[in-house]
Amino acid sequence: MKPVIAVSALRKTYGAGDTAVHALRGVELTVLPGEYVAIMGASGSGKSTLLNMLGCLDVPTSGEYLLDGFSVADLNERQLSLLRNRKIGFIFQSFNLVPRTSALSNVELPLVYSGLRRGPRRARALAALEMVGLTDRAKHLPNELSGGQQQRVAVARALVTGPAMLLADEPTGNLDRASTAEVLGVFDRLNALGRTVVVITHEDEVAAHAHRVIRVDDGVIVADDRRRHVGVA
Amino acid sequence: MNFFEIMRFAVRGLTANKLRSALTTLGITIGVAAVILLVAVGNGASASIAASIQGLGTNVLNVSPQRGQSSAARPLTAQDAHALVDPVGAPDVKAASPVVTSSATATYGQTTYDISSVTGTEPAYFTTTNREVSDGSLFSTEDVTAARKVVVLGSTTAQSIFGTTEPVGKNVLLNSIQFTVVGVLQAKGTTGLQNADDVAIAPLSSVQNSLTGYGSLNQIAVQATTADSVSLAQAEVTAILNARHGIRLGGTADYQIQNSEQLLATRTSATDTFTVLLGAVAAISLLVGGIGVTNIMLVTVTERIREIGIRKAIGAPRSAILGQFLAEATMLSLFGGLLGVAIGVVGSEFTFAGITPVIVPSSIVLAFAVSALIGLFFGSYPANRAAALRPIDALRHE
Repeated sequence: MKPVIAVSALRKTYGAGDTAVHALRGVELTVLPGEYVAIMGASGSGKSTLLNMLGCLDVPTSGEYLLDGFSVADLNERQLSLLRNRKIGFIFQSFNLVPRTSALSNVELPLVYSGLRRGPRRARALAALEMVGLTDRAKHLPNELSGGQQQRVAVARALVTGPAMLLADEPTGNLDRASTAEVLGVFDRLNALGRTVVVITHEDEVAAHAHRVIRVDDGVIVADDRRRHVGVA
Repeated sequence: MNFFEIMRFAVRGLTANKLRSALTTLGITIGVAAVILLVAVGNGASASIAASIQGLGTNVLNVSPQRGQSSAARPLTAQDAHALVDPVGAPDVKAASPVVTSSATATYGQTTYDISSVTGTEPAYFTTTNREVSDGSLFSTEDVTAARKVVVLGSTTAQSIFGTTEPVGKNVLLNSIQFTVVGVLQAKGTTGLQNADDVAIAPLSSVQNSLTGYGSLNQIAVQATTADSVSLAQAEVTAILNARHGIRLGGTADYQIQNSEQLLATRTSATDTFTVLLGAVAAISLLVGGIGVTNIMLVTVTERIREIGIRKAIGAPRSAILGQFLAEATMLSLFGGLLGVAIGVVGSEFTFAGITPVIVPSSIVLAFAVSALIGLFFGSYPANRAAALRPIDALRHE
């Protein structure tokens, strides 16, 4: 099976000379379609930097990244934005919904940029909202929604274009227990439908949902457990 | 992403902060309105001066002493004026009136009034300058010969001195000399620079012996037979005056002759300068408005860097971000421009300091085009900055 993510010798260095900070020091990683991966690690271990590279939000200092078989380094600005739009659904810890814009409009936004017309756009956005169980909140503004609801809107926005993978950076970091369960439930359902999911977390109960747990420390991968369930540490 | 979507995003961006958008628009509005209004006022001033000079008659020549004259120069005299009316030497001259001007304080009962122009002349002056009486009569040649103290008043002067009292037949003191009012002139209107109705016209001899003395004339008003014969008349007048003043061919004349066209050219060149000056001031205010747009767009972009990051992270291409902010800036200035045009056009219906503005259509087109370009030009820098951001840098911005 063709990997959806294939990363080799990925490095990221901030600054230069004596003050240089090596966030990633040669990461090797392959993720196959349909996998549910949790990336764990202490803060400052480089896991967020890795996810930003995978989401094409940041560019590596060196190394190769093949997304669905395309070498990301060879792409220009325009092709990159197309990639972010069609192949990647990114979910942030702080939700990052566009303020003063209804839940429905937020979910529609990626489709606006992909050039879809109003009619089909609305239908797909409503379908995505239904998937996360927020059909009745479509007209609400982000500040009228709870944290869990906002994150579910963000999930709907991430999956509305039918991307190859969902990348989530500590999606439950700002949520209470009940909201966490809601969001993880959505991830499970999406993964069951065959969607690739990569989640960064430091909570074991989140990692417990994944099939595979990767541990990052000081810019390299130190453990890679392919398991159905991970025990409590 | 089509045009309509970009416009929708821009409108949403602008309405998110209504007060700020409104104030920015105001800057452009004032600039555009100022350009249109001030140019219209300048143009109106030129137009009213042109109209008033044309009102004097197109067949009039004005002979006046050369300014900055050496003492050797001969004064213009009433004899000079009478010599110009010569069916043989000057067949194209219909009439020539000697004119002296002064100002005087008029007193009637308890009322005193400063008349800005007291003219001493002969009856032909009235036909030459198209003046007619509305009340009473003009003075006659006989009044001039006998140096009778009679006076014809302009409508403003009559109104100021007598109010509602009937002026004809009343005695009025001009600088303590008693004159009898024989007539009141029909109103002629303001010429922009001076009020043609604030005058008193009396026989030449009377004004000379009571107010001005017997020095040089201030002017000789010459009327040509027709509008077409003005240049012929000018040549004849020149020949006669050169002969009388002993000026040789090629010598410098001690008098100057102006026809109404030359008069018009001098006056309009002055008001054109005035118009350019007003336009320049207005253009600066438009530029300041443009800088306001840049400033607000910079603030808007900085404030929304995170939002830009979100949009880029979900796949907004560079062109979409650029388009959105450029559309916002252009909308601000276009809307401000339209409002400015409306205010400028409506404002031109009013009269400012006695000047009725006359709109110059090209100033509307220019001001509006400039306001649209300001949006594009001044908006492009902040928009470019926003679009060039890397998503991760934008998202990290706090």
